[in-house]
Amino acid sequence: MSKEEKMIEEGAEKEPSSFRLIFTLGFAGFMSGLILVGVFLFTKPIIENNKAEALKKAIFKVLPGTTTFKTLALDNNGKLAEYNPSPESKKGEEPERIFFGMNDNGEFTGVAIHGGEPGFQDIIGVLFGYDAVGKMVIGYEVLQCKETPGLGDKIFKDEAFVMNFTQLAVEPEIVPVKKGEKQNPNEVEAITGATISSKAVVRLLNKNLTKWKTAIEAYLNENQISTPAKDE
Amino acid sequence: MSTEKSRVAAEFIKGLWKENPVFVALLGMCPALAVTNSAINGLAMGLATTFVLVCSSILVSLLRKVIPKQVRITTYIVIIATFVTVIDFVLEAFLPDIHKELGAFIALIVVNCLILGRQEAFASKNNIGMSIIDAAGMSAGFTFALVSIGIIREVLGNGSIFAVDLFGKSFEPWIIMILPPGGFFSLGFLLLFFNWMTERNKQKRSKTA
Repeated sequence: MSKEEKMIEEGAEKEPSSFRLIFTLGFAGFMSGLILVGVFLFTKPIIENNKAEALKKAIFKVLPGTTTFKTLALDNNGKLAEYNPSPESKKGEEPERIFFGMNDNGEFTGVAIHGGEPGFQDIIGVLFGYDAVGKMVIGYEVLQCKETPGLGDKIFKDEAFVMNFTQLAVEPEIVPVKKGEKQNPNEVEAITGATISSKAVVRLLNKNLTKWKTAIEAYLNENQISTPAKDE
Repeated sequence: MSTEKSRVAAEFIKGLWKENPVFVALLGMCPALAVTNSAINGLAMGLATTFVLVCSSILVSLLRKVIPKQVRITTYIVIIATFVTVIDFVLEAFLPDIHKELGAFIALIVVNCLILGRQEAFASKNNIGMSIIDAAGMSAGFTFALVSIGIIREVLGNGSIFAVDLFGKSFEPWIIMILPPGGFFSLGFLLLFFNWMTERNKQKRSKTA
């Protein structure tokens, strides 16, 4: 037995005082807290920056031609207004936001809407671009997806399925159909073997469109906005 | 001097082969099955675990005479949990894609028996140098196991290795290999292989003796 081991053995025989036990645990907890707060404060801005970058990238992707965007949220009167996070607003209390895209000339390119819907495994999170003047879904990006690899994850890996959302009419409502049976502009061809995931995406689009449509229309009328190409 | 050197080598190598945490000791099964659907995920998980195991071993070995025996497990858990949370934040900040892929399993490194096991069995009884060697060996063994399972599952289930396509478009991937059952199949076959190797070595040795 080495010297060190002997010392440990001898030390163990004496019962340490309660104070020492409490002090050891308290000190360990205190140090751990200090380290964690330090690392948290250091990484927080980087993490938030990453998230904002990812969202920005997705917005530009679902609204083709967009170069800048405004963030809008519903105000107290149920109207859309530009959203500026006040420094007092706490995390988790932020209102739901939508993103209003514009091109280089300041013309309206569409609205990016974020929504979540339970899929086969977990919530599917989607950001989609909505052309409020032409009443069409014009872009689609899956932000969160834990669907079955090889089946459900085709909602973003299968190009044919993603192509459904480049010019999809939203009126009267979006309808899922079997593969190869698409006849109308408001129909989405579901993925064979992943009907639940496909239907979840369609449900997500319909739900969020109903939720925001009136407010978006009111906002467009109020500000007399229209896309130049599709002037009515 | 040479015995010291050979002890260092032995402590390191035992983690890789003779006492491999996954293939022999069957520790850390949860990440070994859950995040090994690709080689890169296995590697990332292995490296995250390495960081936690090595750092915790250093601290536990350093404090082995200060921490009273009665509260040692609790203190080890606090130490391990601190390092796990640190690596969780760091990965989220600097490798967000990997962090998204590994998800909840990073936080679950805390309950990986391999880590607490090494603190109790080794770091709390040995000096810092030896504890680092032991932790490094065990981590290397763990990472090796996770990457092996990951490679098998990714090659068969996705037709690629470290995200590099192997077979072209004509290959029909065995989807089941990247689904949960594939984890059990791969681990089962690797365990079979490991046991067969060990058995064969034993027989060889007994023949020569």
